[in-house]
Amino acid sequence: MQFIGVLLDGIAYASLLFIISAGLSITMGLMQFANLAHGAFAMVGGYACVYGMNALGIPYLAMLPLAFLIAGVFGLVLELALYRRLYEASHLTQVLFTVGVLNVSAASAVFLFGAGSQPIHLPPYLQGQISFLDANISTFRLFTVVLVVAMAVVLASIVQLTRFGAQLRCAVDNRRAAIGMGINVDRLMTIAFTFGSALAGLGGALGVQLLGLDPSFAFKYLVYFLLVVVVGGAGSFVGPLLAALIVGILDTASRYYAPETGSFTLYLLMVALLVMFPNGLYGRAR
Amino acid sequence: MQASFRTVVCLAAVLTAVAARADDLKIGLIAPFSGSETAGLEMDNGIKAFFKLHGDVVAGRKVIVISRDAPTPAPDVARRLAQELVTRDKVDVLAGHLFTPTAIAAGQVSTQSKTPMLIMNAATSGILAKFPYTARASFTVAQTTAPLARWVAKNGMKRVFTIVADYAPGIDSENAFQREFVEAGGTMTGSIRVPLDTIDFASYIRRIQDSETGGVFAFLPAPDQAKNFIKAFRDAGLDKKGVKLVVEGGMLQPQITATLDDDAIGIISSQHYSEDHQSQENMAFVEAYKSVSGNRIPTYISVGAFDAMNMLYKAVEAQAGKLDPVKSVEIWRNMKLESPRGPVSFDPQTRDIVQNIYIRRLERKNGILTNVEFETYDAVKDNGKQ
Amino acid sequence: MTRRLAAAACILAPLCYAIALPDYLVFGSQILVMALLAISLDLLVGYAGIATLGHAAFFGAGAYVAGLLSVHGWGEPLTGVLVAACAAGALGIPIGLLTARSGTLARLMITLGIAVLLYETANRAAGITGGADGLQGMEVWPLLGVFDFDLAGKIGFAYAWCTFVLGFILARFVVKSPFGLSLEAIRDNPLRAAGIGIPVKGRLTAAFVISAAIAGAAGAVLAQTTQVVALNVLSVQLSADVLVILIFGGIGRIYGGLIGAALYMGAHHWMSGLSPVYWQFWLGLVLIACAFLAPSGIMGLMAPRAGGRDT
Repeated sequence: MQFIGVLLDGIAYASLLFIISAGLSITMGLMQFANLAHGAFAMVGGYACVYGMNALGIPYLAMLPLAFLIAGVFGLVLELALYRRLYEASHLTQVLFTVGVLNVSAASAVFLFGAGSQPIHLPPYLQGQISFLDANISTFRLFTVVLVVAMAVVLASIVQLTRFGAQLRCAVDNRRAAIGMGINVDRLMTIAFTFGSALAGLGGALGVQLLGLDPSFAFKYLVYFLLVVVVGGAGSFVGPLLAALIVGILDTASRYYAPETGSFTLYLLMVALLVMFPNGLYGRAR
Repeated sequence: MQASFRTVVCLAAVLTAVAARADDLKIGLIAPFSGSETAGLEMDNGIKAFFKLHGDVVAGRKVIVISRDAPTPAPDVARRLAQELVTRDKVDVLAGHLFTPTAIAAGQVSTQSKTPMLIMNAATSGILAKFPYTARASFTVAQTTAPLARWVAKNGMKRVFTIVADYAPGIDSENAFQREFVEAGGTMTGSIRVPLDTIDFASYIRRIQDSETGGVFAFLPAPDQAKNFIKAFRDAGLDKKGVKLVVEGGMLQPQITATLDDDAIGIISSQHYSEDHQSQENMAFVEAYKSVSGNRIPTYISVGAFDAMNMLYKAVEAQAGKLDPVKSVEIWRNMKLESPRGPVSFDPQTRDIVQNIYIRRLERKNGILTNVEFETYDAVKDNGKQ
Repeated sequence: MTRRLAAAACILAPLCYAIALPDYLVFGSQILVMALLAISLDLLVGYAGIATLGHAAFFGAGAYVAGLLSVHGWGEPLTGVLVAACAAGALGIPIGLLTARSGTLARLMITLGIAVLLYETANRAAGITGGADGLQGMEVWPLLGVFDFDLAGKIGFAYAWCTFVLGFILARFVVKSPFGLSLEAIRDNPLRAAGIGIPVKGRLTAAFVISAAIAGAAGAVLAQTTQVVALNVLSVQLSADVLVILIFGGIGRIYGGLIGAALYMGAHHWMSGLSPVYWQFWLGLVLIACAFLAPSGIMGLMAPRAGGRDT
């Protein structure tokens, strides 16, 4: 029964894409901010994780929340110092700024950690395979899926059940009305940005094993993060989750069932979906 | 962070401080220095190791390296850099080149300006033919792959699956492996060409499992792909089911083996250089390399740069300080070297390198995963496309 | 009057460059190629309001067409550029039609997706394009049958300059024409533009075709002067670079492309010469500083656009 295995692999891949892209979806939806440097926060998490484990000997499971925190702090500082000044600027200025951040982050990573791919050595209990419904899946993938599902549940409850979530949904739907009702959208944005960066950092730390980590990480995977958010529809969690699942499962399945199609499947699918749903699967027309 | 910025400034200042005099021997080195690619640094360190062992003066001329960053396989950038190095910096020799397209673009400049050129990596077969003043101190992918196929066939693996990166070098190696392996009586159980942006190998591993193959040959030289594939192979337990993994040596460079765990031990690979090669030349080279590079391990790219320097010095010495393009190529095509990789000679017709290809097993030696050579194919020529 | 002067300065500035920096002519011709590409992108981004991340598709198509022509026995450069421009322009039709209805983000990703598909196609069709090894064996005939492309790049520069001037004049003509004004109307408000009878879809597709043809010509010139074509002409990196160059120079002003290409590539060349490993850091800082200090690009500092709104 390879089918279930392929499905599980696809879901694991999708989880990773989702956790890194979720924050991007919120910043793009809430402030219409085109943050091409979002992957840099995943990189911060990844490097923090590798450095903590290899140089300081901190165990992997402890490094994951730390990577979450460190990337969050990075996000908070950058948001307060730089990002927030450009919310009113044009999209193209934002592109210029975030491409600048991408360049700086790549060169800084080379300077601090050297060029080339970073090593990670997972603890033994996350290595190997386990059988699940007649199919084999790697333990680490299962761990990733479980962790991301847990995070997604937490996210969904925050957005759906808390006052903060209600404010966030309101601001995404209609920012001017939200401001008019006395919601402090700037503060909302700071929190959302910080949280999104932290999630990316966690994703980056998880991704060292599956995606790898080198100084060009943020640029290399930029297309994937954008793809998930734009196909899903910026401003929600459900859209990117749906898009990540479609991308992850279809990509994995096409590589198994039709490896000769290469990356054509993925990009043809993306173009087709966007032509059919110009605002994303879950987006609204603006 | 402040301190690090200052160091960057100092570094930039040092790099510009290389003021050259007229009688200096200038090398224009074109390679990737920025971003995630480490090849430029490996070449640079290989050259520094050569300076440490043989001095930076040859036939009375001080040798100066002018580095230029060509981070991607963009021929227009390489052509521009080569042209400026030749006409403005007046370099005596062009060198470097990780990628084939940049080597070809600079090769045209070398031909037009009659500047000798030494390729330190760019491993596509047959690129020297059009450039009369060019020699290559590296290898070709077909050259390192073919002996592995013969070894695999000889050692009882009858059914092999190939998985290669879907770009020209990958296809070269797939062709070389399949040709040699089928000729030696083996059967191919399947082949996959993996898109270059692939990060998740789970599906491919499942496909390999389905094929019930006895062995797998892989050529996925991008570090992330190499690492992810080997990990996925191992996680799926294929090695425990008796499926043997053999790879082209580029997949087991030191920066990749550093990311692997003990269960990668036993992977067989073939290449022209291992840092563990047992010879006096290599011991001296490794020691010099470590001392100039902050204790890094030399790679096949650094040994390519080291040997290119050796070729350059020998040509300059033979011409008493001059470097005539025609005479230099004459010298290079008939040259024999004792390289850190072993004995090296050149094919007088094609000018391409002839060298030993070693079959190696990944083992833990002095605490680090090392490719240990255990069988040698002597004086292998490039048998790729002509 | 001042506009004419500015246009004349734009056309003549490269000649001053050639006199001042005769050792850097190859670099100069590459700046001109990039400037032409940025100007063609400006027609879409600045005038028609279509953000795209796939402009390399047209550039690369032009480069490969010109390259393949000369590999297969037709090395005449001028006709090569014409054929390449036509081929790239033709490619503009389907892309223009596909993206005519989309919003900004969807357009960005659709154009990017199509460029990636083209890149993969060129990589796969190694028998035709040479794949990752690059297209080898280009034989470019002397320009006009007389001038051979020389090492120092004098002929190459003159050639790139002529192409640039023609492309520049064409682009300037387009944006000043009623057609160009209708593009600006669509950019500012597509619904109202449609309301006053502008055929939005047709105009945007036409803009794509013109822009693509100019980009294709730029690619062809690069291919002919480099005499190798590799996959980088189709890469996402190039699409992103040219967009950054355009924003850096200033969008919607035709001149922005040239200023952006000259300053950005000059800064890159200078910094990567000083520090081959860490130049990205300094260039990144320049971009960040530009976003804060000159949000409408360098041209925005020099000549704020009257009435217009930067989108």
